[in-house]
Amino acid sequence: MSDGTLYDKVWDRHKVTTLPNGQDQLFVGLHLIHEVTSPQAFGMLRERDIEVARPDLTHATVDHIVPTGDQSRPLDNEAAEEMMAELEENVREAGIQLDDPTTGNQGIVHVIGPEQGITQPGKTIVCGDSHTSTHGAFGALAFGIGTSQIRDVLATQTVAMEKKKVRKIEVTGELGEGVTAKDIILTIIRRLGTDGGVGYVYEYAGEAIESLGMEGRMSICNMSIEGGARAGYVNPDETTYEWLAETDEFTDDPERFEELKPYWESIKSDDDAEYDDVVTIDGSEIEPVVTWGTTPGQGIGISEEIPAPEDLPADKQDTARRAQEHMRVEPGNTMEGYNIDVAFLGSCTNARLPDLRAAAEIVKGREVDDSVRGMVVPGSQRVKAAAEAEGLDEVFKEAGFDWREAGCSMCLGMNDDQLEGDEACASSSNRNFVGRQGSKDGRTVLMSPEMVAAAAVTGEVTDVRELPKTEVEA
Amino acid sequence: MSEEIPSVDYVEGTGIPVRGNDIDTDQIIPARFMKVVTFDGLGEFAFFDQRFDDEDNEKDHPFNEEQYQDANVLVVNSNFGCGSSREHAPQALQRWGIDAIIGESFAEIFAGNCLALGVPTVTADTETIEELQDYVEKYPDADIEIDVEAETVSYDDRVVEVTVDDAQRKALVEGIWDTTALMKSNTNAIEETAKSLPYVEDPEPRKGHADD
Ligand code: SF4
Repeated sequence: MSDGTLYDKVWDRHKVTTLPNGQDQLFVGLHLIHEVTSPQAFGMLRERDIEVARPDLTHATVDHIVPTGDQSRPLDNEAAEEMMAELEENVREAGIQLDDPTTGNQGIVHVIGPEQGITQPGKTIVCGDSHTSTHGAFGALAFGIGTSQIRDVLATQTVAMEKKKVRKIEVTGELGEGVTAKDIILTIIRRLGTDGGVGYVYEYAGEAIESLGMEGRMSICNMSIEGGARAGYVNPDETTYEWLAETDEFTDDPERFEELKPYWESIKSDDDAEYDDVVTIDGSEIEPVVTWGTTPGQGIGISEEIPAPEDLPADKQDTARRAQEHMRVEPGNTMEGYNIDVAFLGSCTNARLPDLRAAAEIVKGREVDDSVRGMVVPGSQRVKAAAEAEGLDEVFKEAGFDWREAGCSMCLGMNDDQLEGDEACASSSNRNFVGRQGSKDGRTVLMSPEMVAAAAVTGEVTDVRELPKTEVEA
Repeated sequence: MSEEIPSVDYVEGTGIPVRGNDIDTDQIIPARFMKVVTFDGLGEFAFFDQRFDDEDNEKDHPFNEEQYQDANVLVVNSNFGCGSSREHAPQALQRWGIDAIIGESFAEIFAGNCLALGVPTVTADTETIEELQDYVEKYPDADIEIDVEAETVSYDDRVVEVTVDDAQRKALVEGIWDTTALMKSNTNAIEETAKSLPYVEDPEPRKGHADD
């Protein structure tokens, strides 16, 4: 008989017990923390005089408020400095490793875990951040948690959860030229809705997913939450193992790799596993996708027309109307030619090395349009260093992009990187909610990194397939 | 080691009335006080914009009044705690000194957040609430007793019927409302699970700990 899906197996292996309130108590293999959502939880622990249970399974970084310009201490922004100092104090007291900007390992929490190899198949991974789903790309069971749950995890290394259903999303076929992982996930969310995944965990499978590198798989799992699913994952395979073998965790300890591999293999979904739902999408039909509205579900192919609100399902019409007013777009038009003021290449969705490479190939030999401020914010210090080693920074700088330090930056505008007034932004991030990028009138158009690059050099939303690429020599 | 979760079957103290329907979480704790690193100091910001004007002068509000400063039973009207899901709201009230809230109705998420802190949200009809508010105003030092299990409130030689949501009552009375304590009591089972996982190594000796 089948032992089920990866989700079932990882859940069962980590289940401590069923609690009297009906939830399952799950052991947490890796707890990632950052400066914004952890301090209250540490405060609660202190109040109760409880120590951090497993500092060795807890890992901290700073990303949300950290400035991506001048990072010298004390930070210019007082609230930011306070949050940073508080985190430093908390991790020092508990003995938790912190990757701050002086270490060369700092970066967005969902970029550094995989980079260092602490994100592994079959682990349960939690973090006070909804995009924790990213780590599912490695076959981990990873989800975002709230403040009280962070407290629970710090105190016990366990979390109380209810089990969800599993939906398998199979993306078949081969992706076309200029089509990326970002376009796959925007298509999935458009198809299933921003709340379609509520109550589900998404298992991504099929040829188009399997042929992606780890970075592409991360982009997809990252945005599971935009589709309403708290977690999403891809079963581990040779691509996963190749990545892991190259990380800090295993380069010095190849024996450990061999020790753990049978476990990683064992938690893959069985071929005859049963799913609560299966959805199939033809990957070969996807074209570069951009959003026209103010939810990640309001996306269209670059050649498609913006829908008329009255043609949408009844419950979507009102949001669509308001979104079109905010974005100043008209039904019947395509998004091609939509003027943009800012090009943001960054975030935990799309700021890894291949993302920057792909964008650089479009940018090379071209210039950022006069009407556009372009910024590149690498996902981590390591991504930044690797990109610089390849000369990507020069490509971007020569074209007129601002080349910045690692952090969340304009993904949520909690530091100084913000839209101003009603600026329109071509963004490689994951959320286009009103006000998300720091200005309540700001307009965000989500797209892949190469599409952001194309928009930056033309000053308007552009089909990247129409711009010839130039190879960037390493 | 097992840690007892206090069962909250009984709350006793003096009352404080805050009148008005649909008091939202932005009123209970304005968003600008959320850019903080702990919930610790939140108590003093409870109802801040209702209590102070732009020049920080005190406005009329029960939370400012001398006679209520030791009160621990908040008496409110309908749909209290609507708005955002911020845990900061019940945190601010609890840190100000509130141990239980009696009202006509509560927003669901707010009531859930209260439960996570062991604060009962007890409901009664409009008339019962208004009588209680009038009474508390008249006799701010008078004793009020909430029996969570029996679903009654006693004051002034009177016992009135109230309602406590079934699940909430079970959690409070049986002492299973606090997931941290609940889960901490399973230490042995947690260790066993950890040991059974191939990737979890024995904990390293603590480094940089204050007591070292
Ligand atoms: S980059 Fe954006 S989505 Fe990712 S963790 Fe930072 S703020 Fe959240």
